[in-house]
Amino acid sequence: MLKVSEIVKILDAEVLTGHENMDLEIYSGCGADLMSDVMAFVKESVILCTGLVNPQVVRTAEMMDIKVLCFVRGKIPGEAVIELAKEKGITVIATQQPLFICCGLLYSNGIKGRGVWD
Amino acid sequence: MSDNVVKLHYDIDAEDFTTAGEASSGVKKTLTRLGVNPEVIKRVSIAMYEAEINAVIHANGGVADVEITPERVTVVISDRGPGIPNVDKAMTPGWSTASNTVRELGFGAGMGLPNMKRYTDEMYVESEVGVGTKVTLIVNIVS
Ligand SMILES: Nc1ncnc2c1ncn2[C@@H]1O[C@H](COP(=O)(O)OP(=O)(O)OP(=O)(O)O)[C@@H](O)[C@H]1O
Ligand SMILES: [Mg+2]
Repeated sequence: MLKVSEIVKILDAEVLTGHENMDLEIYSGCGADLMSDVMAFVKESVILCTGLVNPQVVRTAEMMDIKVLCFVRGKIPGEAVIELAKEKGITVIATQQPLFICCGLLYSNGIKGRGVWD
Repeated sequence: MSDNVVKLHYDIDAEDFTTAGEASSGVKKTLTRLGVNPEVIKRVSIAMYEAEINAVIHANGGVADVEITPERVTVVISDRGPGIPNVDKAMTPGWSTASNTVRELGFGAGMGLPNMKRYTDEMYVESEVGVGTKVTLIVNIVS
């Protein structure tokens, strides 16, 4: 388990929205660039790490009750995407790390849950 | 309010990919307001969102009609797109005709139709090449 505040530190990430949710506890994670894969394989609430920065990432998180999004590889979404996330109560952070490293760092620091269907 | 039936209608616009999902979002909001079980809401939301995205990326948009009763949620998404030549094949996980452009937007895993099947209690796909596609999704509230 990691708190969002710890995730931010580990990934040296920037918080784009959701500063009030830093104490939220995250038990499992998912790294993906295809949204239907997220909807197919993810079951529990997770942190979703992705290199996509369009509004459909926020929509996918909304439908799946995913509370935290992490944009990787230094990608920063447009203002509209951040606004949509804010409106939906979804915390958004952004890191320079590539997806693989981002997932590896989160895993080795304590997010071990699969959060997927078996 | 009549007989506890809520009916919703949405146009699914394909002009602007960024607005795709607004219909599903609206339904999710309504179901939440009605106090429907969160697990049911999640299943309806995901299945409808997949169908809505398909109408946008494969069929140039369409319409959504939703009926909520105390027993079940029924979502019908219809379009006048190209139709699906082989529905059984399209239902196979991983089967997709999505272009690279669509993939770059995060879709095209070929998981949408299988996801709709998994998250619903009943699903019907009616499709005719050159005419369009109608997907009916039913999630029971009380089983
Ligand atoms: N409304 C539709 N009109 C025309 N063709 C469709 C429609 N819906 C689905 N299809 C066809 O069926 C295929 C499979 O659909 P499915 O939703 O499972 O996957 P996808 O949309 O390609 O990718 P994903 O949903 O994983 O992002 C599509 O690639 C497309 O060829
Ligand atoms: Mg699809």
